[in-house]
Amino acid sequence: MSIEQTNTVPELDFNTPAQRRLRQARMLKDKLAASSIAIGGISVILAVVMIFFYLLYEVAPLFRSAEVAPWGGEQEVSYAVPGTGSTLYLAVEEQAEIGFRVSDAGEMIFFDTTSGQVRLTEQLALPEGVEITSFSLLSEASQTFAFGLSDGSAKVIKHNYKASYPNGQRVLTPELVYPVGEAPLQVADGPIQHLAINGNSDEWALIAQSGSTLSELSLEMTENFLTGEVEIEESRRNLPSFSNAPNKLVMTPDHRWLLASLPQGKIGVMTLGNEPEVSQLLEASKGNLTSFELLLGGNSLIIGDSKGRLSQWFFVRDDANEYQLTHIRDFDHHASDITNLTTEQRRKGIITLSADGMLNIYNSTANRQVLSEPLFDGAADAIALAPRANALLVQHGDRLSFWHVDNEHPEISWSAYWEKVWYEGYEEPEYTWQSSASNNDFEPKYSLMPLAFGTLKAAFYAMLLATPLAICGAIYTAYFMVPAMRRKVKPFIELMEALPTVILGFLAGLWLAPFMEANLAGIFVCLLVIPIAIVLFGFTWNNMPNKIRFLIPEGWDAALLVPVVILATWLGLGLAGPVEEAFFGGHMPTWLSNEVGIPYDQRNAMVVGIAMGFAVIPTIFSITEDAIFAVPKHLSYGSLALGATAWQTLTRVVLPTASPGIFSALMIGMGRAVGETMIVLMATGNTPIMDVNIFEGMRTLAANIAVEMPESEVGSTHYRTLFLAAFVLFLFTFCVNTLAEGIRQHLRKKYGSL
Amino acid sequence: MRYSVSEWTKSGSPWVWLNAGAVAICVIMVVGLLGLIAIRGLAHFWPADVLQATYTHDQNRRIMGEMVQQEMVPAEQLRGAGVQVEDGVEAMRRDLLKVGNRDFLPADFFWAMDDWVVDKTYPEMIMAAERLEWGNFYGYLREVRENGETVARHDGYDKSDAYMEVWDEFQRRIDRVLDIRDQILEIEKHKIGSINYEIERLRLKERSLELKQSTDADAYAEIEARRAELNADYEVLQQDLIELYGRINRDSFTAEIADGREVEIDIAKVVRAFLPNNMGTGDKLVHYGAKLWEFLSDEPREANTEGGIFPAIFGTVMMVILMSVLVTPFGVVAAVYLREYATQGFITRLIRIAVNNLAGVPSIVYGVFGLGFFVYFLGGSIDDLFFPEAKPAPTFGTGGLMWASITLALLTVPVVIVATEEGLARIPRSVREGSLALGATKFETLMKVVLPMASPAMMTGVILAIARAAGEVAPLMLVGVVKLAPSLPLDGNYPFLHLDQKFMHLGFHIYDVGFQSPNVEAARPLVYATAFLLVVVIALLNFSAIAIRNHLREKYKALEM
Repeated sequence: MSIEQTNTVPELDFNTPAQRRLRQARMLKDKLAASSIAIGGISVILAVVMIFFYLLYEVAPLFRSAEVAPWGGEQEVSYAVPGTGSTLYLAVEEQAEIGFRVSDAGEMIFFDTTSGQVRLTEQLALPEGVEITSFSLLSEASQTFAFGLSDGSAKVIKHNYKASYPNGQRVLTPELVYPVGEAPLQVADGPIQHLAINGNSDEWALIAQSGSTLSELSLEMTENFLTGEVEIEESRRNLPSFSNAPNKLVMTPDHRWLLASLPQGKIGVMTLGNEPEVSQLLEASKGNLTSFELLLGGNSLIIGDSKGRLSQWFFVRDDANEYQLTHIRDFDHHASDITNLTTEQRRKGIITLSADGMLNIYNSTANRQVLSEPLFDGAADAIALAPRANALLVQHGDRLSFWHVDNEHPEISWSAYWEKVWYEGYEEPEYTWQSSASNNDFEPKYSLMPLAFGTLKAAFYAMLLATPLAICGAIYTAYFMVPAMRRKVKPFIELMEALPTVILGFLAGLWLAPFMEANLAGIFVCLLVIPIAIVLFGFTWNNMPNKIRFLIPEGWDAALLVPVVILATWLGLGLAGPVEEAFFGGHMPTWLSNEVGIPYDQRNAMVVGIAMGFAVIPTIFSITEDAIFAVPKHLSYGSLALGATAWQTLTRVVLPTASPGIFSALMIGMGRAVGETMIVLMATGNTPIMDVNIFEGMRTLAANIAVEMPESEVGSTHYRTLFLAAFVLFLFTFCVNTLAEGIRQHLRKKYGSL
Repeated sequence: MRYSVSEWTKSGSPWVWLNAGAVAICVIMVVGLLGLIAIRGLAHFWPADVLQATYTHDQNRRIMGEMVQQEMVPAEQLRGAGVQVEDGVEAMRRDLLKVGNRDFLPADFFWAMDDWVVDKTYPEMIMAAERLEWGNFYGYLREVRENGETVARHDGYDKSDAYMEVWDEFQRRIDRVLDIRDQILEIEKHKIGSINYEIERLRLKERSLELKQSTDADAYAEIEARRAELNADYEVLQQDLIELYGRINRDSFTAEIADGREVEIDIAKVVRAFLPNNMGTGDKLVHYGAKLWEFLSDEPREANTEGGIFPAIFGTVMMVILMSVLVTPFGVVAAVYLREYATQGFITRLIRIAVNNLAGVPSIVYGVFGLGFFVYFLGGSIDDLFFPEAKPAPTFGTGGLMWASITLALLTVPVVIVATEEGLARIPRSVREGSLALGATKFETLMKVVLPMASPAMMTGVILAIARAAGEVAPLMLVGVVKLAPSLPLDGNYPFLHLDQKFMHLGFHIYDVGFQSPNVEAARPLVYATAFLLVVVIALLNFSAIAIRNHLREKYKALEM
């Protein structure tokens, strides 16, 4: 190229307007791209991070305390008590629109909960000279109560609400219903001081204390199919009396026991049935019992006393197979005595008011105080909780106030999740996961322990199989195997990692589980025979004449062992028959459950261990192999040159150097085993039991989510608990993996310097 | 060289051998597993010979069926189960026979002690028929009937021309039935299906007008007119259907079953009938091919235990395609940002580790997230905003194709990010600097130089993501997979791609048929076949990823210093 030629080329002008525009456009494009890529990139990363926060967001409400606030905002809703007399009973209906009050003058008043405006007043019809002497509530949820009268008769009444929808608006009409007829029922001969009532649609029982006699009236109602008329059959008997005159009587819904609150903090238990007798006399408190109520379902008795103590009692079967009323748990102390107590209608919750105006909300299962807040000074006269537990009506002096309660998840506490809990009807405290049942008054059991235990059990047995196989295999592949074979074997084993776990689970459940049940002894014999066969073969091979030995170059030993292992397995399974015959009575699973007392499930931890071990082998293998292979060669050459054998070099030089990498491989493998869902779902019975027995199944956190999540009600405690399980899984695997990754990066840096 | 035992042990050789043994065991396990699935899965389509024998244990009755499985059972166990075993016998062989005829016999599978099965023969004229209901049928063809009148009849058991004539008549009538059934399917599934779909859309439109409290009488009238039109079309199709049903139910056949009874069955119920013992290898191959094709292209029958798995394949493919459309751009952008644009430092390293580890978070966690966030939260909001007319039935507020794809995209995005980043890191600085030195902007360098060079790595990432998504089941169970979807998510009805629809999936199909099926024994071979198909698809995807990776490494080896 000559200078002249260059000169002849017309000079390029990079500063023409067109060029400048182009440059500007390019710069703009570049800037736009930079910012949009940044936005895109950051938002993807944020989206991923959001998983964490969303899980947290769903879980968080579980641990919020309850709140109580005036209904409808800041302003306290308060109005004069409608009607006269003192309050016997206060209630709120489902929608928290209508309140209901019963006074000792026999007034039954329905009123608006927000304004106190009276909607309907009914007066109990009483004969001349007869007055109300006692009152009894069947249960909060039943809305049924009874008056005991001075002439020994009783009246049973239910307050009910009918909903209609004229013009698309809901209108509630309150009414009173007489479930056993309007005629008074003669329970006792004298004035009734205390009354207990119990019943459902066709069988009723009333027990009355009159003077020192205790009498029971049973009613049986039969409907005539033809006429639709109801016939009532009455029978009356006298019951033995308690030593002291009771302050309150309560009958359990199953009509098995009559519980009496006696003076000086005593409880009396009377076994009803054909031959009634006082079976237990317990000292429940040093002070006097001020509250004496049954919890939802009628299985538990809640007692509040003048010392401010609140406790739960229920019947537990003792060694002699007899039910004894037993003290289960105490709730946090009050400062002053409990004046009012009511229970929730859909959950095992308790609401108390104490003499100093403190409102306390508890949950029995979780043994948790969800709220403790002063409502006003001084003792209240009556309280009522709406069925949905979202509204509270309190009478304080001659005024009623209406409150909003926000108490979504009282069933949850640290002890409910992770500690043994004494559930109703259980003989002792236990870890139990049982999230749903068919009936409404069921006590949900949210112990995560069996699930966490199952998760770790499955992971443990999987690691038990995977660790030796994967690490030994990786050692051989990285250190002894010829490169040509290594190039084939490694991707092959790594391919297993991509194998869908649903296939492993299906094979484990449908093929391996029955196979194992039929060949259990064979598998154990194989465990013994295969290593022996390998070592024996190795010894024989090394002692072969060189002519044969040199046919196969060193480093191909693994290929030689393939037929050996297959033969040994075949031999092991073949030997199993005689062995089983000789030692295990012909069938090992039967022998295990009958002779040794170890129950054998077809889908058990061993099946899961093998299948899930299979799934984690490639993970551990691949990382371990990389770690060992990455150990600088000059280290091992140095060791070999100093006269160490290959095995000595491996154990003294290579493995210590690679050990952090191997550790991280195990961690990642563990993380995978813990979160694996399909294999455990398909290869175990999914029963949430806590037992280390290898021949029994388990339920893991992940499988539990897969089983229960689709049926769980959005926003419920159960739903959020499942989210918590997912969150725990997320945190666990994330931390384990981060730790492992950190170790690996550290290792890589270290090798870099070598 | 000869070693003594102690010398040999001291040298550490036993340990080396044991390590070698571990590799051998791993390899055997993988091969064994794949082999087991392949053999069981592929054998299912081969027409098995039908055995006829006398069962001495039970009044010398005749039994017919396919031999499914044989096993040795210890005598102890049999005695425990109440079987009379002679003394001195240690174990007995037990056969599992598939005797079919579920509508006539107590059970379609039968465990028989091999010693008691005598006079085993494989008569050429035993017929096996696959049916729309009640599973397989085995027996001797006796009669072909038209409207209850006998058309052809044969009473022997041996192959003869006369018998073959009856058989051919039977086959012709099956072909006719198959033809009519296709027509019925066309009307029921496609024509009536789309009319129903449109009527439903009209209903929603009307409801939406009502919700808006529109008083536009024209709009209502238009809907009403269109509805009347559709109903008229429907009436016509209904007439066609009635006529076709009349024709399809014309023929029936009778056959003699194992216990000697002669039973009558509608030919309309038959899918395929053949004489397995009379087939040569060629015939069997043809039959095998036909069965395999049916498996791949047909819809499931009888609670998924028979027929094909086409909807599951289709659902899996649709879901995976949607997922890759979502995951590729986002994954690549995130990787490009992390590697090319973000300031490299502690934070970037932290993010990198976090992204890497997200790949190890259990898939069920993503499922829970997808259900809570996408389905209930986002889907619920979308329904409130855009589909108030469909309420209370959820449109997007329930699991569906779109949510499943997005959930899996989230699950696999770390895979794409990691692979793309690796590819970007592999590109030498010098290449980038060369491009920048020539005056290209950063974006131009990225688009014209860096990304093309990194494209094989991206491909690897996407393929690995697809392979993972195709095999993942746990999260899908929460966000939209069902055991039986009435229609495909892609069809001829506007808007053609139904993102809100639930779909079937191969992996879930395996779980469902294998574990939730009413007749697990009958369904098992099909599960193996499905599993084999899934393994093949995933292995192919992985192999192609490996091949691309190797190719890429070779290609840019020269550039690495």
